[in-house]
Order: sequence, then C-alpha cells, then structure tokens
Amino acid sequence: MSILINRNTRVMTQGITGKTGQFHTKMGKEYANGGSCYVAGVNPKKPGETYEGIPIFATVKEAKEKTGATVSVIYVPPPFAAAAIDEAVEADLDLVICITEGIPVRDMIRTKYKMQGKRTRLVGPNCPGVITPDEIKIGIMPGHIHKKGRIGVVSRSGTLTYEAVGQLMELGLGQSSCVGTGGDPVNGLKHIDVLKMFNEDPETDAVIMVGEIGGSDEENAARWVKAGMKKPVVGFIAGVTAPPGKRMGHAGAIISGGKGTAQEKLAVMEECGIKVTKNPAEMGKLLRSVLK
Amino acid sequence: MTAINARPAALQNNPSSNRGRKTSMKIHEYQAKEILRRYGVATPRGARCFSVEEAVAAARELGGKVWVVKAQIHAGGRGKGGGVKVAKSSEEVREWAGKILGMMLKTHQTGPEGQKVRRLLIEEGADIKRELYVGMVVDRGTQRVALMASSEGGMDIEEVAAHAPEKIHKVFIDPGTGLKDAEADGIAAKIGIPVASVPQARVTLKGLYKAFDESDSSLAEINPLILTGEGRVVALDAKMNFDDNAAFRHPEWQQLRDLDEEDPAEVEASKYDLNYIQLDGDIGCLVNGAGLAMATMDIIKLYGGAPANFLDVGGGATTEKVTEAFKIMLRIAHLKAILVNIFGGIMKCDVIAAGVVAAARQVSLRVPLVVRLEGTNVDLGKKILAESGLPIISGSNMADAAQKVVAAAEGGSKATKGKR
Repeated sequence: MSILINRNTRVMTQGITGKTGQFHTKMGKEYANGGSCYVAGVNPKKPGETYEGIPIFATVKEAKEKTGATVSVIYVPPPFAAAAIDEAVEADLDLVICITEGIPVRDMIRTKYKMQGKRTRLVGPNCPGVITPDEIKIGIMPGHIHKKGRIGVVSRSGTLTYEAVGQLMELGLGQSSCVGTGGDPVNGLKHIDVLKMFNEDPETDAVIMVGEIGGSDEENAARWVKAGMKKPVVGFIAGVTAPPGKRMGHAGAIISGGKGTAQEKLAVMEECGIKVTKNPAEMGKLLRSVLK
Repeated sequence: MTAINARPAALQNNPSSNRGRKTSMKIHEYQAKEILRRYGVATPRGARCFSVEEAVAAARELGGKVWVVKAQIHAGGRGKGGGVKVAKSSEEVREWAGKILGMMLKTHQTGPEGQKVRRLLIEEGADIKRELYVGMVVDRGTQRVALMASSEGGMDIEEVAAHAPEKIHKVFIDPGTGLKDAEADGIAAKIGIPVASVPQARVTLKGLYKAFDESDSSLAEINPLILTGEGRVVALDAKMNFDDNAAFRHPEWQQLRDLDEEDPAEVEASKYDLNYIQLDGDIGCLVNGAGLAMATMDIIKLYGGAPANFLDVGGGATTEKVTEAFKIMLRIAHLKAILVNIFGGIMKCDVIAAGVVAAARQVSLRVPLVVRLEGTNVDLGKKILAESGLPIISGSNMADAAQKVVAAAEGGSKATKGKR
C-alpha cells in the first residue's frame, strides 16, 4: 500500500515531447516499476509517434482508452498547462499531477471552478510530484534519495521535501509515499487531503508535514489531525524569519481569520497535538522521537 | 504569507509572497486609475507630470480652484509621509510640486531611507463626504477572487481588521458569473452607500472585478473610494499589482513598468531568472528551491545570524546564473559570509559545484564561503570543490553549514546557538 500511486498505476505524460517532459518521463520510466507504469504520452500534433517506446496520442481521452492509463503528469508550458489539466479532468482520470511552474492564477481559478463536482484529483501545479519509493515516481524528485518505508511526507516545497527525506534516510527511515502539493495559491490537494490518505494507509506509521508561511492549509490540516488522525504527525514551517508584510500582508489574514504567519501556524499545530520544530535540520529526528 | 495571494507593495521583501516565482509587478496610482477608468470606474481628472512646469500647466488645464499634488511611488502611506498635498492656487501647485518632486519620501512601506519621487499626479480636488474601502485579492481558502469592502476608508485595511473586523464585508466571486448585480448592491448597502448612489457603486464594483480579472491582477485596491457631496462614487486612490505568471499575455506591462521603483539587485537578478529578494542581514544565501531557501534563512537566524537575502537559483542553474548570483550578493557592502545550500535533485551537485568554483574565480570572493551539497552527484560535487584549491568551508549537513557560516560571519568566533 501507499497513497495516490503504486506499482500498478498506469500513467500518461501530457507534454511528453518537450525537453522537460521527455527527461522526467525517461527518469520515471527507469525508476523501479516505471517501465510498466509509463504507458502513454499526449501531444495533439504528434499522434502515432513514440518516445522511449511510449506511444503518443492526440488526446488524453484516447490515451486513456488505448492504454488504460488513469493518471497523468503534466509538463506542458505555463500558457497551456491549465487547459491540459482541464482536458485530463474532462477525460475523467483518477489523478492529475501538474509539475508546471508559472501558471497564471486566473487560469487556475477557472480550472478549479470547472473541477467542481468532478472526481479527478489534482496535485500541484508548481510541485515536485508524488513518489511511492521503490515502486513508482511521478515528478521531478530525485528517486535515488528515497527508499521504501513507513513514513509519509507531505510538503508544499520541492527541495525542502528532499531535505526531509534526506534526514529520514540518515536515520534509516524509509517512506510510504511523498507528496509535494505545490507552491501556488490556487491548487489541488492540500495538506489536509493528503493527511487523510496517510491516515487510511495501513503502511504509513507517521507523517512529516512540511509547511510554509501563507494561506491556512497547515492550520486546517492541524485541526483535522486533532479531530481524526490516528497516527503521529510532526511539522516544520518555513519562513519564520521572513520579514512580515506590513500593509495588505494581513488582507489575507483578514479573510482567513488571522492566519498565515509561521508563528501562528506553529502555535495551531502544537495546540492540535502536532510536534513541531523551528529547526529545519531536525525534521527527521523529531519524527523518530514520536515513533513507538 | 497570507491566506491570499496578495503580493502588495509592502510585501516586496517577503519571500513567501514570492513563493517559487518572481514578485508581483506593481504599477503607479495614475496607471491603475487609467486602467480602472476603462472599466467604468470614476476617478478625479488628473495628469501625470515629471516636472514642476508640467505640474503647473496640468493644474491650469484641469481648471477649478483646488488641486491635489500626489507623489507617485510604488508604496502606500504617501499622505502620511508628506507626499500628498492640497493646493489652492497655481503658486501652491508650483510650491508643492517643487517640494515633492525629488524628495526622499518615507512611508511605512519604503524602508528608512525612503523612495525618491520622480513622478507626480496632479488631480482636481474632490468633495469628500465619506471615505470607504474596496479591494480585491485571490483567496486561497475558496480559490476565488475575494471582494473586500468596508465603510472605514482612508486607513489601512488591517487596522480596520484589528479594531473593527465586523466592518469588513466580503464576497467570494463566482468565476463563472463574475460579480453579480445583487452582490455588488449588497456590498454597497453594507458599507453605507445611499440608495441613490447604489447604481454607480454597482458599476464601480463590477468594473473593479472586470479590471482585476482581465488584467491578471493579484491585488486591486481603491482606498479611499469616496462618496462626494453630490452622491458620486469616485476612486480617490487606486492600486493594482499584477500576477507575473501572466506576463506572457500582457505585452503592455512593459510600458507600465517603472524600474526606478524596483530594487536594483532584484532587477539585476530577474535578468538572469533568479528569484532574489534583498534583506537586511550580512549572510548571503544561495539555495535551490523557494522552500529550502526560506528554511535556510530560518536556520541561519536560529543559530544567531542574519540572512542578507533570499535567493532561489531554481532547478536549472547554470555556471552563468551562479556567477551572477555571487556578483549580486557581493555587491552588498556589509556582506560577511556566503552560504550555498543545495539539495540536488534535477540540479546536479557537480554542476552547482563547478558553477561555484567558476564564480569564485571570476569574482573576488572577499568573504568566507560555506557550501553544503546533498543529493544527486554529491560526491562528484564535493570532489570538485575540494580540488579547486579555493578556501571553501564544507558543511556536512544543513545545521553544520548554518553554524559554520554564522561563525564565519562573526569572524571565526563560535556561533551562539539559538534555541531549538
């Protein structure tokens, strides 16, 4: 078990003919069971071609019908990426992982609006992706720093996730799955959604939640942890030292009811029973301290 | 930073508002008003001026008996700082324009040194009966554009939030329909706009949303929105920031940009696609990834140091980018040390190491350099650093590197450990 993806996942790459899409599709294919997981690519202008033996289709719908792929990963450039998500949602995929960084917020607002009432889950955009170590890697994270284990990792950031994984590995702790939710304000799965999945995953024993200043994702997740999480969660929030915005910096806080700074997030997390550290070098040790 | 993707002027030094992307582009009040007018928002008549003579001529052209001389800088709080003055004669226009143009205007958003005023807006005077507030931002929680409005205009919205939160009214706008008439009218009524003025308020609010949406804004604010003695609804001030991600479809932004208002180091960094924000400390940071960059700043502070900057070199750093990043950091006069913290994923450690070595040779590295490498090709990267012969201090992990750089910045004295 794991969350979101495993060795049986069949994935298509939207934007498989671009440089980034090609590179990471190849890396994904070479990782663990990737050879059987990566089954299709999409490019409306190049149907019938192949890349690394992977057939390319004109549409997501066709790729799904012909190969059985139910997950897509998107490397489409920013001006067209939101439309690529829309297409995957229209094709009723299970999961869309959008790596693309730099999608206009306006586009994402519309895409999220169109996703209402649809079953497709979205991870990202502007995220490292998802990995279930030693099974499948979908995204841009370095596969070799991971190994299979029982710790879940959820983070908004890419390299900070690798840092957390690196610290776990030094302590000999493998991961069940690692999910990067992405740094954009309008996006798919939040910390709370991922925690719920880890909670239900019999192969996850504990979770590291890495947060950042801004928004109230961490607070929402923390409140849910208090109410329903059966497993220990530890946390770190990046941005304690970021200078506070003076002006409308709190306009956001107004909307969300006074949230957003690292101090506030850490306080809420502690209140909700999440062990937190202010030292990003101690995420791994903190996690180990809560294991039974 | 906030629950909202609002990246207003005051946040220009805040990496969080900048997560994984460049800062939000800011424009001047007069430019924001030009945009809003195109969407049916009423503003006072006015003209942008670069000189005292232009200001006097503009006042003459506008006619009337009262004018407002307004400093145009990308920061709020201009009135309190002395950058907005009422003139009752053309002599007074001349006097105030002369005093304001060229002044170092200090506001709570400019920093202690202030911002030089290079442009003025000369406007006709307005008959202010009431001052209101309306603003728009992207709300993360609902994933929609939020309209915020208050009867308490003319002051900072967070002041209102702190003292009278019940006076802030919100609508989360349905992207399918836009702001509806009933919603606009409801907000207008809640902030005390009289019935007779509601139709014009509706036009104003709907225009503001349309302008926000079509301009790919990250923030739009009218503060104050005034009600005149005659019951007209007028935008007395206006502020708009844009979502940099949408720059590809807004070629007109190039004309709106005012490089004089931007931090030179940040402008330089943006040329090389480096995500850079100047801070006050003395330890330069070069990191890959925005989250790790913030965490690196945090750990430096935790061990008693102070970061000089936020710098995310991104995933595609080349030797050239690393070199430029070093040059930009080394321009900071009070810089005492540099920390390079890389967790290589796609960005390979050997590439970064080669970049660091090349950069260190090109620029005269006058401060201690601590490098921590981890991840893809880490051994190769460490070998390159070791064989370079450069006096590079190696950090074995994030904590070790942070402690070493703080110690180096303190001149070799042992770093004080902060609380964990």
